[in-house]
Amino acid sequence: MSKIVDGVLTAVGKSRGGIFVAHNKNTAEMPIERMPIPEKVVLPMAQHIGAPCTPTVKVGDIVDAGQVIGDSDKFVSAPIHATVSGKVVAVGDVYMAHGMIATGVTIESDGEMRMSPDLKPPVVNSREELIKAVRDSGLVGLGGAGFPTHVKLNYPADKEVDTLIINAAECEPYITVDYRECLEHAEDIITGVYSLQKYFNFKQIIIAAEDNKPKAFEILKKISEMDDHEDDVVKLMVLKSKYPQGAEKMMILSATGRKVPPGKLPVDVGCIVMNVGSVAFIGRYLATGKPLISRSITVDGTAIANPKNIRVPIGTNIADIIEYCGGFKEEAKKVIFGGPMMGVALSSIEAPICKQNNAILAFKDDKYLIKKTRDCIRCGRCVDVCPMGLMPTLIERYSKAKDTEKLQKIGINVCMECGSCAYACPSGRPLVQYMRLAKQVVREEANK
Amino acid sequence: MKKLTVSASPHAHSSETTTGIMLDVIISLLPAAIVSVFYFGLHAFAVLATSIVSCVLFEYISRKIMKRSNTVGDLSAVVTGIILAFNLPSTLPLWMVVIGSFIAIVIVKQMFGGIGQNFVNPAITARIILMSSFPLAMSTWTQPLVTRTGEAVTTASPLASLAGITKEADMVLALENANLPSLKDMFLGLRPGSMGEVCAAALLIGFVYLLIRRVISPIIPLTFIGTVAVFMLIAGKGNLEFVVYQLLSGGLLLGAIFMATDYTTSPINKKGKIIFGIGCGLITSVIRVFGLLPEGVSFSIILMNILVPHIENLTTPKPFGSVKEKKSKEGTAA
Repeated sequence: MSKIVDGVLTAVGKSRGGIFVAHNKNTAEMPIERMPIPEKVVLPMAQHIGAPCTPTVKVGDIVDAGQVIGDSDKFVSAPIHATVSGKVVAVGDVYMAHGMIATGVTIESDGEMRMSPDLKPPVVNSREELIKAVRDSGLVGLGGAGFPTHVKLNYPADKEVDTLIINAAECEPYITVDYRECLEHAEDIITGVYSLQKYFNFKQIIIAAEDNKPKAFEILKKISEMDDHEDDVVKLMVLKSKYPQGAEKMMILSATGRKVPPGKLPVDVGCIVMNVGSVAFIGRYLATGKPLISRSITVDGTAIANPKNIRVPIGTNIADIIEYCGGFKEEAKKVIFGGPMMGVALSSIEAPICKQNNAILAFKDDKYLIKKTRDCIRCGRCVDVCPMGLMPTLIERYSKAKDTEKLQKIGINVCMECGSCAYACPSGRPLVQYMRLAKQVVREEANK
Repeated sequence: MKKLTVSASPHAHSSETTTGIMLDVIISLLPAAIVSVFYFGLHAFAVLATSIVSCVLFEYISRKIMKRSNTVGDLSAVVTGIILAFNLPSTLPLWMVVIGSFIAIVIVKQMFGGIGQNFVNPAITARIILMSSFPLAMSTWTQPLVTRTGEAVTTASPLASLAGITKEADMVLALENANLPSLKDMFLGLRPGSMGEVCAAALLIGFVYLLIRRVISPIIPLTFIGTVAVFMLIAGKGNLEFVVYQLLSGGLLLGAIFMATDYTTSPINKKGKIIFGIGCGLITSVIRVFGLLPEGVSFSIILMNILVPHIENLTTPKPFGSVKEKKSKEGTAA
């Protein structure tokens, strides 16, 4: 059972493995700046996990900021809104940061940032209306995964969900936007938390943060104490700063002691996990009716001249953002979308920011390039650090041998690609790449 | 702008490298190496140097012939060279040392694919083959220089004196009559034996260093030595002095700390390590007490090496969240 120290819970479940990686939260004390409205934005129709949207505007249309420009009738999807006011200049294939091509809408800004007159705070009187409001807001998980939030909330009626976990761990190095959110927008978090509680009646809401963020902690503690329920539903929990503490399954284990079985979802163990930024956004949306058209990102790394936390319209070109942060002070050798542990290395900085992107990191040093690869010496470090109890070294072997039976037995599909194994590997083996290969091997076999 | 590097995540890496790990192992072996040269003199140094140089050369040449990348830089051949020398008597002719290096590096290691691929420990295999090929040279023990009086004479190793002692009715008397070095001398290494095995103190310093640097886990050494201790306590009818003699003599510490913990030839998982350590301890004890040979450490390790894939199969952890089939209790196997 969890202990309560000074009104703060300690972790219930003990997770295995994990790594202690340098935090590098250099931008932690930098308030979020607003970047000037860019000349144009590119809005891909696939900014979330699930079905891509279909554009609802055509070239030449004049759009207002906040106006829906793409939607889908599929359940697992989220609408896309114009993020600036201006003219639609192109609808067609656009390059996304990770190299994929998607249908996208390009809007040339008129510089006015005229908000759509239709935007007004949603009327919410029931759980269904809240879920609909969340869908209309275009919200997807802002922590990085990009899963449509309304889908998460709209779980089947036969599942009993008693716990909402609000993830403020932010365990990826460098990224500080969630931390800034806590410091700068506590009131939105409060609205978000208590609205969710009003319509979902969770038995407990656990706000979980790592112990390396004392300032955010104070604020979150106050939020948890604002509870007007007698039975103290909202609680704050302190977690050891250890990567990947913020991963969904780790979070659930730490907060409740429950383990999500392979192939199951958090709701199967009665939990919903939401990023603190997403909760704050819900609060903001309920108050203003302004959909998800901008987001905060951390711009940092050894090659960036002036690291910053900035708020940008979604669809802003990465190159423009880097330019705004003073450009590269030295030649960048690697640019990453997201954190250094799970982020995607970019081949080009001519690509738009999407809803789920929380950081742009640019590095000049070799440390973040590719480690010299040697043969596996079976030292077992990858096994020691795997939070999922897998044996990455064996998975590498099995994936090369395309041994699907062994791969399934060892449980490859529970791998969440957190990268702890490859981080720890003294021989620099690209283990995450092999994990992905292994999953592919299993998928191909299943499709035969 | 120049091209950006694109690679799979993670982009951050720990500073640990294979070479760094091997360097740590070399550092941990230094105390024992210095002591053995100090105790056994110039020829010991020649054996050590020959073993290291020939191991590195064989590594280089065999990789070259097989048209594979040069792996001398990972320093694993240096480690094998030192450990092989530690397993040899200081008086061994140098050409036999070279044969040992050939067996260890070319046959056992490189012919099976190089580092991380061999299924038995190279140095131990070399020692066993040398022992069966040159039994006399391989069991010629001399006293350390410091305790030598006059000419170097070959003497029985303490283990040989201990063998069969359990069959005596009066253990205390038998131990006295066995003409063993004092326990203090045993601890400091003032006794005949293989070059690197004699000084328990130096080996334990290396052990502590490896633990501090987190190069090895203590599980295998502790279960290995612990099993021998328990077995000997029973075999020696509760005589503690006998147990301590058993632990300090032969290659038990050298084997348990530096050879049984070899990454490539020992299990990765904790449970596997426990099984492996206990297995090594049992086989060592059985050979020491019941076998014809005085020493069983190398045989025990090589036998357990062969079993590693099976141990690994038995101890593969269950992935996160999977429920044990027979028990309804929630949770994963460690």
